[in-house]
Amino acid sequence: MTTPVASQFTLDNVRFGRILEVPHLEIPEGKVTCIVGRSGSGKTTLLRLLNRMISPDAGTILYRGTPITEIDPVELRRRVVMLPQSPVMFDGTIRDNLLIGLRFSDRPPVDDDTLHRILEIVDLRKDLSEDASLLSGGEKQRVALGRLIAMQPETALLDEPSSALDPGTEHAVISRIVTAARERGVTVVMVTHAQDLAEQIADELIEIEAGRIVSNVRR
Amino acid sequence: MNGIIDISIWQMAVAFVYVAAVVIIVRMMGIPREVQIVISSLRMTVQLVIAGYVLVYLFDQDSIWLILLVLAGMEVFAIANAIRRANMPLPTGIKRIIAIALPIGTLTSLAFFLVVVVGEDAWRTPQYVVPLAGMIIGNAMTGITLGATRMVDGIRSRRAEVESALMLGATPRAATRLIVRSSFDAAILPTVNSMVGMGIVILPGMMTGQILSGTSPLIAIKYQIAIMLGILGSVSFSVLILAEWGYRTFFTAEAQLRTETLPQRQAR
Repeated sequence: MTTPVASQFTLDNVRFGRILEVPHLEIPEGKVTCIVGRSGSGKTTLLRLLNRMISPDAGTILYRGTPITEIDPVELRRRVVMLPQSPVMFDGTIRDNLLIGLRFSDRPPVDDDTLHRILEIVDLRKDLSEDASLLSGGEKQRVALGRLIAMQPETALLDEPSSALDPGTEHAVISRIVTAARERGVTVVMVTHAQDLAEQIADELIEIEAGRIVSNVRR
Repeated sequence: MNGIIDISIWQMAVAFVYVAAVVIIVRMMGIPREVQIVISSLRMTVQLVIAGYVLVYLFDQDSIWLILLVLAGMEVFAIANAIRRANMPLPTGIKRIIAIALPIGTLTSLAFFLVVVVGEDAWRTPQYVVPLAGMIIGNAMTGITLGATRMVDGIRSRRAEVESALMLGATPRAATRLIVRSSFDAAILPTVNSMVGMGIVILPGMMTGQILSGTSPLIAIKYQIAIMLGILGSVSFSVLILAEWGYRTFFTAEAQLRTETLPQRQAR
């Protein structure tokens, strides 16, 4: 089976219960794909299928031309890192939390200079040695985004990354992250309910309604 | 004085006068617990009378097969009890691990204690095997219940954390490391606590029993020290097996968290 190199994910006849049905979908490599739709429409389910947090009842999903079932799930998730909607802080400092993804994937930590640059990208003015559990919801979300940036994955799956950020700054933060991702050639797949944000940053805009893709626009 | 004063059946019965007094006082104070006190006292008496005769029979037989049969019975009872006493329904996978971990952890400790520590013919003498097995298995049973409960509860309440870790490329082992560690802590805590107070706050049952039966306290403490180490070992070993295999039962082969193994949160 040949797949265009430019496709990061290729989904064929994918079905997950009654929640999602995707006859065919290609997510381009190195681009920013936004998935919009109402809550309960199957957006998060689609994301979770991409890094094998769940498995489809039917159909195939290729990652860079290889069926994801042939890639070790833990290995896949080290390349396709997902940020869940509610940010989770692990016990420890902001530094610990920024580095934990690297630790989980058995990679060496990065130095504090790099971490400071990451904090600038996510616009968090905090000391690295602060206790992460004391941060506000929006600050936690920034740390979680920073954690993902530190991992430098091939693909970033972002589930409503702006939901916990305050409306005044969410666009700016997400734009900076997307810019950083573009510079590094990272493929971004982002679920959001904010249509205006999606239209602003997306190279590809997918709209889902009741588990079906109703539009897929390359821009 | 050497040896023990054997109390007559009537002397023992006098002890019930004490309980009767308690029942009367409880009743006068309007605390509705007299039935429980009477029933549990009677139940304890009947159980111990039976146990006494069974032990006498067992000691007379001196049969290794009979010892093994008793051990098997104790293990089965302990496994069933460990599962039943958990204050939440345990997933089937965890029940299976308990059924494997408890016998392995306790029998290795018991064997080590009987063969290496006590030596001679202790391993085939019911007078040694049965009471020591009872102590080792009983404590491991409590420990493993606490450990399993803590593990299931931990994975349930920290589900978001476990999932987040998986999404960051953690192996199931790494994602549950802290939960597994806390389940080990929960399991050995009662044993460790009882060791801390031993000799100061409490004189342990086995030692008290030996001293009452005329054994020198210096011999009794040697047994007590050794058995406490055996208990700590068996609790730890059982729970280590639970820790090593238990967390895996919460994950699929695709390193996904199983939702169906998690019991529903009980309605309040």
